[in-house]
Parts: sequence; structure tokens; C-alpha cells
Amino acid sequence: MDVTVTVNGVEYERDVEPRKLLIHLVRDDLDLTGSHIGCDTGNCGACSMIVNGQLVKSCMMLAVQANGATVETVEGLAEDGELTALQRSFSEHHALQCGYCTPGMLMSATALLRENSSPSDEEIKKALQGNICRCTGYWNIFEAVKAVGK
Amino acid sequence: MTEVTLAPAPGEVVVPGKKWQGQNVPRKEDKRLTQGQGVFVDDVKRHGMGYIHFVRSPYAHAHITSIDVSKAEELKGVYGTMTGEEVASLTDPFFQLSTPPGAYLKDFALAVGKVRYVGEAVVAVVAETRELARDASELVEVEYEPLPAIVDARNAQDGSAPILHEDSGSNLMWEGVYEWGDLDAAFAEADKVVKISELHFHRFNSTPLECDGALVEYNRGTGQWTIHTNNQFPGFAQIMMGPAMRTGLDKLRFVTQDIGGGFGNKITSHPQLVVCCLLARKLNRPVQWTEWRTDFHLSMSHGNERWFHDTEVAVKNDGTLLGFRTKALDDAGALLRYEPLGGVIWAQVTPGVYKWRNIRLEFTQVATNKAPVSPNRGYSRMQHLWFTERVMDIVAKELSLDPVEVRKRNYIKSEDMPYETPNGCVYDSGDYAQMLDVALDLIGWDGMQARRDEARSRGKLFGVGIGSTLDSGTNNFGQSRMINPELQFSGNNEVATVKLDIFGEIVVTLGTTPQGQGHETTAAQVVADILGCSVDDVHVRAGHDSYWNSHAGFSGTYASQFAVTGLSAVKGATDMLAEQIKKLGSVILGGVPEDALELADGTVRIKESPEAALPFMACGAIINANNAGLPEDLDVTLNCRYVYRPPFQVPDVERKFGNLTLTYAAQIHAAVVEIDPETGYYEVVDYAAVDDCGLRIHPQIVEGQVMGATAQALGAAIHEAFEYDEDGNLLTPNFYDYHVPHALDMPPLRTGYIESASPFTPLGTKGMGEGGGAGIHAVCAAIQDATGAVVYDSWNPYQRVWELLNAPKHVVEVVDA
Repeated sequence: MDVTVTVNGVEYERDVEPRKLLIHLVRDDLDLTGSHIGCDTGNCGACSMIVNGQLVKSCMMLAVQANGATVETVEGLAEDGELTALQRSFSEHHALQCGYCTPGMLMSATALLRENSSPSDEEIKKALQGNICRCTGYWNIFEAVKAVGK
Repeated sequence: MTEVTLAPAPGEVVVPGKKWQGQNVPRKEDKRLTQGQGVFVDDVKRHGMGYIHFVRSPYAHAHITSIDVSKAEELKGVYGTMTGEEVASLTDPFFQLSTPPGAYLKDFALAVGKVRYVGEAVVAVVAETRELARDASELVEVEYEPLPAIVDARNAQDGSAPILHEDSGSNLMWEGVYEWGDLDAAFAEADKVVKISELHFHRFNSTPLECDGALVEYNRGTGQWTIHTNNQFPGFAQIMMGPAMRTGLDKLRFVTQDIGGGFGNKITSHPQLVVCCLLARKLNRPVQWTEWRTDFHLSMSHGNERWFHDTEVAVKNDGTLLGFRTKALDDAGALLRYEPLGGVIWAQVTPGVYKWRNIRLEFTQVATNKAPVSPNRGYSRMQHLWFTERVMDIVAKELSLDPVEVRKRNYIKSEDMPYETPNGCVYDSGDYAQMLDVALDLIGWDGMQARRDEARSRGKLFGVGIGSTLDSGTNNFGQSRMINPELQFSGNNEVATVKLDIFGEIVVTLGTTPQGQGHETTAAQVVADILGCSVDDVHVRAGHDSYWNSHAGFSGTYASQFAVTGLSAVKGATDMLAEQIKKLGSVILGGVPEDALELADGTVRIKESPEAALPFMACGAIINANNAGLPEDLDVTLNCRYVYRPPFQVPDVERKFGNLTLTYAAQIHAAVVEIDPETGYYEVVDYAAVDDCGLRIHPQIVEGQVMGATAQALGAAIHEAFEYDEDGNLLTPNFYDYHVPHALDMPPLRTGYIESASPFTPLGTKGMGEGGGAGIHAVCAAIQDATGAVVYDSWNPYQRVWELLNAPKHVVEVVDA
């Protein structure tokens, strides 16, 4: 099936199998490999993207469902090589180690901060609940998001 | 062997000028990783590559009676398949580390004739797309003749137990007796003997978020494979793969860049890498394998499950511990993929942090119809240290002593460092009692009784627990000879090259395979301090590539050693380069003696007249591109390779005695829990983690490792377990059933540290990152404190706490000696 999707401001047209997942379209067909896959079940959140303004786990969505959609991935956060405040904060707070969950974490936190520029501690934790990190224990991720939220 | 030199003489730590070391400089890795510009293994693509999917066993134990791949191969877009029979004709079984009976085991990259655990790979299918490979695998017809399965290691040696490996003749894989000191004297001196019939350390692992994978290319002209992978120990993978594949190691080029967590779990992917290599050659196209999460859970690197039976502890009435006897029963799972090394690795920390001098441990490792075990963060030492900590708290409880006091009474003291353990390991430095004080202060020990009362007023049970651990780092691989005296391994090594390139670029290559530990950053800190430049001027290549010639037999990232092996190699290479720059400077600056020169501000210059300076750029250009007229005897390449070799001797195999690791980082954790007595539900309401890993190159990275290890320990203590049913089906094959901690699960955490410089390492550092087991010990201790029941398992989900409150097993008996 033909799918047209705008990712980080660039329009792509691809012929995809109906069963193809959005994450596989983005990673394999569009070569945007910043978003990752850490599970088969929608638990880990490494593939989190913002689709039509809403945070989604892109392994839980078919590519054809994204037809006509506007998609934002981690590659679209920095502009002209300038990291966003959130990206800088992740580095400053050592909120990433291996960096595999980081793209998904950044998208979840970006979605949170757009909706709620000064989230409470509990709101930050809830917003990150769908993203698994096995390196950091979340404490520094929490601090990184909180610092930007203020 | 008669004489064993145990350790280098402790020397004064001489570190370079420390402008950069000790600072939290921004991590070099972060710029790419925060923008999704890392290159992880599944990001590597090649034109025309095929995707591999493995057909896996649905049975825990069965004969394979037939395999038919014809329907799969007929499917359009399928490139080919590989079966166990083919693998057996193309390769030899993997080399076994064990003595008999484990030595007789025949392990191939795919199951041959028989499957021995649910999820064992039976056939590999390669197709044009991931989806098609998966479809085609459904068309592979495998007929099985199911056999009874053995799931509980305790029954593995019963006469009626099904035998996994007929070649071995029994399910016993390896056994050995370790005894040091004088047990009879210890028990004669004791006032009491505390007997513990059974303790159980459960099966789990660290579940790195990125699963295993590879992209493999075969060059027909040279016969060489290029293996893009996230295997974290290429040194080990190559010695497993080369002989099995009947090829020289120069034909196996390993390439890694970013790795999405490892924790030891990515050491034993060599069987899958062999299948990838065989298929790349057979199909004459690049092949790609990315493990699915369910496949990882079913088949990769479970941590060692261990039982401790018939433990007897000799103790004085005041809590002084004199010695112990125990029988460790280790469940290796179905195959020995790194085992039976777990049968000796624990001995790095034989007495834990305590002054026990008399110890006997009978170690038995058996095979069961479960996934093979492999190293997992804290490998084998965590199990043993959990045991020593359980003993400590059980003794304290049974003798009505304060667990803090018992620990302080028995801790090895800082003034006794370096301390030789009963089995010849040398603890380099540390102050456990001071660390405990820091931990207690962090959790507010002084106000604890008031908190206890307040929690009780809310109907909660309240408990505090301490976990003390060691993170032994920089292995002496000679310890493998205690498993098998025929093995020709000993010592350790790591390599770094540092060069000054044509435009003055300082380029560093490492043999390591970092998975988040920030090696690019910390290596640059060490280089910058020696060369007198900025960390921004130091370019550290990401990852590992055999083509860089910057690796040796033990290269990789595992077992808490980079801060010693890796950074010492970096220091060694940079010292060489610094000397060469001065040699060149001496010539160019008119014959000034080298000791009148210094490196500063990216130049070599005359100390007394710093305006007479030669920039590194000029040095690089002269040697690399403008070298006519230089003295013939000027031995300067500005490209320096250094192999760091820790000062080890071969251990005494007969006595099982020797220095098994170079450094001993320590962790003291404290946990506070509140339990709902009606349901067993509990929360960790306060937590403190205190770490001592010697001098810290980058405190933030160290603290990050402490935090991450702590989080994994809390997950393992409360939620995570690879549980099997009686037929050998894994009950937790994904993140639905295997609950790893989420952001909302984390307790408040306070971290603390002390720095006891290692006298044995060039930078005063100690390897670290694996000390998280302390969290399991601390949670167990806190639950015991709250419930008043002896905690006998390392895994305490809410239902187990309910069991402890309502129907506890009685495993402890105290008798007068």
C-alpha cells in the first residue's frame, strides 16, 4: 500500500506491506535509525515518536495508519545542530549511559513539556513510566526533565 | 608449584597532573546519542542483505526426528536456511572450558539431534525482509519426540532424572572442593553453630534494552568475515568461534560502535555469530540478525541460579565469625557457554568483606533444561556475596545481635589493607566501616526508631537492611585453571593506541567495547592530562575494530576493569607519545635536553622560555609528511601502542590459592522498607548507596553506574525472575511478565562515596559498575528486619513476603558448639 508521511518536516512516499509497523517504516525504509526497538510487546518505549502531536509507541502502530500523518522523531529535535534544552539537560545530568532508550525518553519528555511546561515530580514520573531504561535507574533522567520543566 | 607471589608491592600512587581527571566533563558520547545519531548494530545496513530468523524449540527436552525446510525455501524472497546438521558438518563443537564430565558436552551453534531448552535455536531462515523471514520460519517443519525435562537443579542428579547430555553421562557438569584455614579448629573454638539448611539465589539477568545482533559480511576473495556486532567480549568470542569454524582469528574481524547495554549478557552470542558467518558464506550475501526480545529472554545469558545447602557457621557469642561450611549447587542451564567459570569466579570474594579465615565450599554445577547461564552484572560474586550477607543477618537475628554491630565487628579493617584473604586474594584498599557510617547517616539512622514507631502506627511493618559487597575487578584469568588445570590462560591485558596525526589531531583507539560507560570521555581525560591539552583536542574512536590493531586476547568491556586495564593502556600509550613528542621537540628546538621541555597548551615547549614552543600540529606534520633531514637515529613515530598487563602470577591450582583480581571496589547499601502485613505488599521508602572505587576519573559516570546497578538490584530483589513451569516453559518471556523497574518504581535515593586509592594501579583507580548486588542483600535484610522471619530467597515478590509472614519455611537451627 502507498503511504505518505511527513517525518521531521520531510515528506516521504513509500509502498509498504499493510502489516509493516511504523517503527520499521521509519528505521528500515526511511533510514531514520534514531528511534529504537527494545521489546516485541509495546512495553519499553524506545520507539516513542510524536504523531500528529500525540506521543505514540511506534511499534504499536501500523505504517499505513500513519498515512498522511506528521511524525516527529528524535532526529528532528535539534535545529541546525543546536541541541534543545532537554537534550542538553540530559547530557548535563548524565541522564543517559548507553543511549539506547534516550531517543524514546526524549520524545516522551518533549511531549510532556509541550503540554505542561512545569510538571510536578509525580507528573514527570508518570510521563516517563512507559519508557524503560536499564542503565540509569531513572533518577538522573527525572532530574534532567525537572531542570527543564522549571 | 611452591611459591606464589601474591600481589605487587603496594606503591605510592603516582598520577599525572590532574586538570581533567576527577572532573565531570561533558561526555563525548552524548552529542550523538541525544540526537539519535548513534550507530547500534541494527542500524548497520548493507545492499542486498538478508534477515535471519531463528526457528526455536517449543520443547524443553526432545529428540529432533526430522527437519524439512523445503516449504520455507520455496517461498519467494527466502534466500536460504541452515540446520543443525549443516552446522555440525561445517564446524566443530565449541571448545569446552570444563574438565569431565562437562568437557564431554558437544555444543554446536544450532541444536543437533536434540533440543535441551525451550527457545533453543534449531534452524535459521534468511529472507529479504524481517517479516518474510519470520513467515518462512513458520513453514519449517520440525518433528520432535518429547522427553521428560529436568527443571529443578536439586533433582538433576537423581537416578531417575533425564540426562541432557548423553556424552557426559550425567547432569553433573563440574564439581570442586574449596577449603582454606582450619575448619575443625574454628568449629571447636565456636560458642554456637548456626545451621542453615537451604538458601536460594534466583535466576534473572540485566535485560539490556538492546537485544543481541550482528551484520556479517563474507569476503570470498580473502576468506574473511566482517562481524558488525554488539558482542561485548570479542576476545572471548573469537577464541570460541575460530577453532569451531576451522579458521584463523585473522579471518574474524569484529566491529562494534554503540552498544545498547550489555551487563555481561552480551558475552556469549558466539553461537549466533557463527550461524551468521556460515550463512553469509553460504548465501554469498550480507546477513543481518537482530534478536527479538522474547528470543533474548528465552535463550540468552540467564544469571546463575544457585542453592546453598547444609551451611554451618561457627560463631562466638559476641558475633565474631570464625568460619563456615556450605555446599553450593549451581544451575548452569542446558549448555556450558561460559561455564563452569562461575565455579571459581565467586572465589574472588571468598570471605566477602569479613575476616572469616576458615572456609569450606563444595561447588557442584549441574545441567537443567533451561536457558544456558552466562555472565550477568556481578557474575557469580553476587550470588556468593548474597550468601555471606544472608549469613551475617541470620547470625545476628539468631544471636539477638545488632546487624550493624555484627558487621563492624567482622569487617576487614582499613588498617589491615592490603589484606590477604584465606585463598590468597589481596584486597587492595578500603574502609568498610566508614562506608557503613556514611550509609547509615544518609538514611537517617539516628531517627530510625521514631520512623519505625510512626510506620507501625500506620499499620505497617518497618525494616532496615544493610548490604555490603565487593566489586572485584581486573580478572586474573589464571583462575580458570582452578576449574581446569589444562587451560592455558592467565593474567589479563588491554590495548590502546594514541597517535598524533598529520594536522596535529590526537587520535585514541581502544580495544574495549563500551556499552554506556563513557570510555571515550574518560580516556580523553587521561590523555589530556598527560599531553597538556584540552579533552576537546582528544579524539577517541567509538567502539572496537579488529583492523585498528588495538586489541589483545582479553579485549572487551566486562568484569569491572576499564578504569584499570583500559585507562592504564591509555596512560601507557600516552606516556610513550609524550616522550616521543619531547624527543622530536628536542631536535627541532635546537637540541634542548628533553627534561627541559614540557607539554602544555597543545605544544611542546621549553619550560624556562615557553615562547619557544612547537605546536602539536607541527610535530604531526613533521613526522608524517615533512621528515627529510631528521636525524637517522630519531626513533619517533608519534603512533604509540601500549599493552597494559596487570601484575599477576599463575595461581596455585592445588591449593586453589592466589590473587584472582587486582582491585576491590566496595559498596555498602542501606534500604528501608514498609510492608503491608495483610498482603505482603511493600515499598522501599528510603535507600542509600555508598561506593568506593578508588580515585574517580569522572565522578558523575561513577555515580551513574552506582545508580544503574542499584536499580537493577531492586528490580531483581522485588520483581525480576526467569521462572519456569515444571515442563520447562519460561513464564516470563517478555517485559509484560518480566517486570523491570519503571520510573514510578524508584525509591528516593541518596548516594555517597569515599575514595581509597588502589596502590596497585597506575591511576589509583579500581574497576567498578557491578556492585549493585548490594541492593538485593539490603532488601532481603530489610524484609527480614520487618517481618522477623528468616529470608531464604534472593527474590522476594509480594507473595513471598506474605509467605514469610504467614507460612515461613524453617531453614535455621542454632546449636551450642
